[in-house]
Amino acid sequence: MTGWDRFTDSFFNARVMAEYLPKIIDGFWLTVWLALLIIATGLVLGLALALLRAFGIRPLNWLIVFAVDLFRALPPLVIIVLLYFGLPNAGVELSGFVASWLALTLVLMAFAEEIFWAGITSVPKGQWEAARSTGLGFLQTLAYVVLPQALRITIPPLTNRTIAITKGTALASVVAVPDILGAANAGVSFSFNPSPLTLGAIAYLILFFPVVVLGRWIETRFAWKR
Amino acid sequence: MDLFLETFLNWQILREASPILWQGLQATLLLSALVVPLGLAGGVMIAVLSTVQSPWVKWPLRVWVDTFRALPPLVLLVFLFAGLPFVGLDIGAWGSVALGFFLNTGAYYGEILRAGIESIPRGQIEAARSTGLTRGQTMTHVVLPQAVRNVLPDLISNTLEVVKLTSIASVVALPELLFQARQAQSVTYNATPIMAAAVAYFVLLWPVVRLLSRLENRHLAGRR
Repeated sequence: MTGWDRFTDSFFNARVMAEYLPKIIDGFWLTVWLALLIIATGLVLGLALALLRAFGIRPLNWLIVFAVDLFRALPPLVIIVLLYFGLPNAGVELSGFVASWLALTLVLMAFAEEIFWAGITSVPKGQWEAARSTGLGFLQTLAYVVLPQALRITIPPLTNRTIAITKGTALASVVAVPDILGAANAGVSFSFNPSPLTLGAIAYLILFFPVVVLGRWIETRFAWKR
Repeated sequence: MDLFLETFLNWQILREASPILWQGLQATLLLSALVVPLGLAGGVMIAVLSTVQSPWVKWPLRVWVDTFRALPPLVLLVFLFAGLPFVGLDIGAWGSVALGFFLNTGAYYGEILRAGIESIPRGQIEAARSTGLTRGQTMTHVVLPQAVRNVLPDLISNTLEVVKLTSIASVVALPELLFQARQAQSVTYNATPIMAAAVAYFVLLWPVVRLLSRLENRHLAGRR
């Protein structure tokens, strides 16, 4: 076999690809589902924490800041491994899917809180005071004056961070979740041919390439004009 | 509570596992000291290339960068580690990690540095060129120093992510902190070593997170 034949036989083996394509497609939808769950719960929790922080209750804010710092400093894989391999030692069993979802939700929550909070604090104090003096309540000021302005400038950093964290769904393969990478890995070890990995890489590109381009577009579209 | 303490904060087990955890921590530091400069080198190359206006450079470069930004780093790493040996290219765990990080983090650093370079007004480049500096000298002495300063928070933030990302090297059995912690955990059937690794990461990276949080708040607030 020539080098080229060996290359195509290894990475673009049609027979192996046809055999494992259905598994990769299953993995694709699992990855999409996991990513959407993480985005929904992570962003909602992040916004909730940022709003809670706006009330300015000292001990509570320290706690929020600590939780945010914690999940920004810990590598996501360490959190997943701790939840999946560590908790059973204490008698709590989580499935790989739940462990990955929980870990990445906490990470996205932390980053989102930080970004939402920066957005809220970027609204000048004078606007708070003006809104309050026209008779709006604290929550009304937050909802009608501060948040609409704050959210706009959080969109670019939030999009990029969300994309980066949802790519972390590939880590779920480490805890036996049959997502794209998990299915591809299984395919390689059954067929003893790396073509399923090529399929997996293509699947990730189909999923994330448009998202990355979208993120680039959002960054220029929403760029704050100085 | 006792069960929790015994499982997650067991001093006896921590004492037994500490030598192997210490080796892991050293490997993580060494790995970071290897992949951060590699990624930066790739990033500078991409950023400097992106100043070339020709569409023959611009579009392939953009596709290159977006491809490696779209591919999860773990997928790239597994591909290099488990795929390449099939065609006779066995570059081992360290080689796969080095190449994977060069490709992946190089793309991210490249994007950040490109934004930095674009933030430098064209007039400065023209002025530097007209005083007799060559294109290369203008880049190294005029553009890059200011560009780096303008995007410093993003560079630090990305470096933090890179150091955290070294934990995926455990998947290809490179004996860094998380891998060693997993080994110790599976031998002792106790989660204390993983907990200790988490604490080590936190102690190591918390100061960076604090610094970033300050820089980012100032940055966003300054946009008004």
